[in-house]
Amino acid sequence: MDNIANNSMAAAYETAPGLVAGPRGRKPRRTLSRRNIIVYGTLIVVALYYLLPLYVMVVTSLKGMPEIRVGNIFAPPLEITFEPWVKAWAEACTGLNCDGLSRGFWNSVRITVPSVIISIAIASVNGYALANWRFKGADLFFTILIVGAFIPYQVMIYPIVIVLREMGVYGTLTGLIIVHTIFGMPILTLLFRNYFAGLPEELFKAARVDGAGFWTIYFKIMLPMSLPIFVVAMILQVTGIWNDFLFGVVFTRPEYYPMTVQLNNIVNSVQGVKEYNVNMAATILTGLVPLTVYFVSGRLFVRGIAAGAVKG
Amino acid sequence: MTGLTRGSARPNQWLRNLNAKIASVPMILTAMVIFVGGTAWTVVYSFTNSKLLPRLAFVGFDQYERLWAAPRWLVSIQNLAVFGCLSLVFSLVIGFVLAALMDQKIRFENTFRTIMLYPFALSFIVTGLVWQWLLNPQYGVQSIVRSLGWTSFSFDPLYNSNIVIYGILIAALWQGTGLVMCLMLAGLRGIDEDIWKAARVDGIPMWKTYLLIIIPMMRGVFITTLVIIASGIVKVYDLVVAQTSGGPGIASEVPAKYVYDYMFQAQNLGQGFAASTMMLVTVAIIIVPWAYLEFGGGRKRG
Repeated sequence: MDNIANNSMAAAYETAPGLVAGPRGRKPRRTLSRRNIIVYGTLIVVALYYLLPLYVMVVTSLKGMPEIRVGNIFAPPLEITFEPWVKAWAEACTGLNCDGLSRGFWNSVRITVPSVIISIAIASVNGYALANWRFKGADLFFTILIVGAFIPYQVMIYPIVIVLREMGVYGTLTGLIIVHTIFGMPILTLLFRNYFAGLPEELFKAARVDGAGFWTIYFKIMLPMSLPIFVVAMILQVTGIWNDFLFGVVFTRPEYYPMTVQLNNIVNSVQGVKEYNVNMAATILTGLVPLTVYFVSGRLFVRGIAAGAVKG
Repeated sequence: MTGLTRGSARPNQWLRNLNAKIASVPMILTAMVIFVGGTAWTVVYSFTNSKLLPRLAFVGFDQYERLWAAPRWLVSIQNLAVFGCLSLVFSLVIGFVLAALMDQKIRFENTFRTIMLYPFALSFIVTGLVWQWLLNPQYGVQSIVRSLGWTSFSFDPLYNSNIVIYGILIAALWQGTGLVMCLMLAGLRGIDEDIWKAARVDGIPMWKTYLLIIIPMMRGVFITTLVIIASGIVKVYDLVVAQTSGGPGIASEVPAKYVYDYMFQAQNLGQGFAASTMMLVTVAIIIVPWAYLEFGGGRKRG
């Protein structure tokens, strides 16, 4: 209702410039005003542009190869087949292995789940310490951390290879989990620090007076109050880690490749006939997890990127 | 907050806030070992002639001289400059225009926003592969326009070394403009309604209000967005790998790919380190003035 009222207000302003308060009450709304046509027309065209690739992906993945060779990419499939999906999941070849994306999918799960949990656990405690238990010098390290987030990964990759090799975890899933935890630190710490700093100070003080210590306050007071920010952090991390390519390629061996790396290898492999339908099915499969997170979390996703981006 | 802890007179400086210090160990380690240590290590070794393994045999600026004499590096830099400038301008303009349209109190705002932002949730690899398919001259846009009757129509950015970088730009904009739109929209929503009313009273046309009043007021949002896009541009890697693998020939090479290839494929570590140090310098040029504006210069600390 509010929207409609505002709309007619705006229309009133346009027809009578210079009038401060336009005629109140219901004015018959012109749905086909010039302004509406321009605004909605543009938005619809733009929306189609954004949706087109998704449409083409789905359509291509449901076609057989003969149909792809004769038809155009926008034509809906004449005969729907799920064979490309099966092949992408279970049979497509990357290097020597021909067990499809399923291997990469489970690798990605085994990478993402611990990385998300560990990075959020560490960063939330850290953010809490920074917000409520300031000690001398902490801000300096924090500033370095935030500035460090802007350094291109390429600058730090090789030293990390050496560190991981010394620890004996280079090329393993453990190594990659450590890397994701490290590079998740800046944004997550910032997110949690700002959130905890925004909570009422009295809560913390009251708990201190009652004799609660560092961990008691964290687990009994802070944690229960900060579910929303934990969800936001989780969304950021799940999509970020799932979509990672560079770290997966650098820090793991082929048998541990995450899904994005495997996908790229399947599609961009040089030998053999290009099976575009299988490629597109594989692409959708890889995009499915972040897309699900995005559609399910909706507003929280927007909050997450805003929180992660605006101050990062 | 500090007053509280300072009040309790503990004998030892170092033991004060011990738990908080323990909790900060991962942060301190990351900041010092990885960010400071790792960066310094790479910069130092960029002055050595390390090949397969890092060796501390200093050769001065040799690696840099070789780097700036390498045609592939020059192409990479050129690509980054073209890609960077265009994607900065286009994503800011498109993002702002979309945000302004979305700010017109429209219906289905959520639907439109969802549609514009979903590409951002996808990885660059997925984005790159989709656009590789759409821009495939044999099946994609070119073949469709030709089948409509315009048989000489040519649009094959990924296969034409003169325009390949624009093919990558199209995919990058598809992926990233949604985010810019969201940031801009948040900025627009933060502007007081009264400003609009005042502008209307004065009879200033809408486009002029945006250009002369709203955009200057959103300076902060613009700068933040600019920094985010710019530092992302320098790192661009996955998208190129997925779309063209740097081809045709070396036409779509970018610095990040140069670094990776020399470090892990050509096993010429010194070159890789020198190239990555140049990337660092580029980012520093973008970040330092911003950090100064944002955190220094007497303004309140974030």
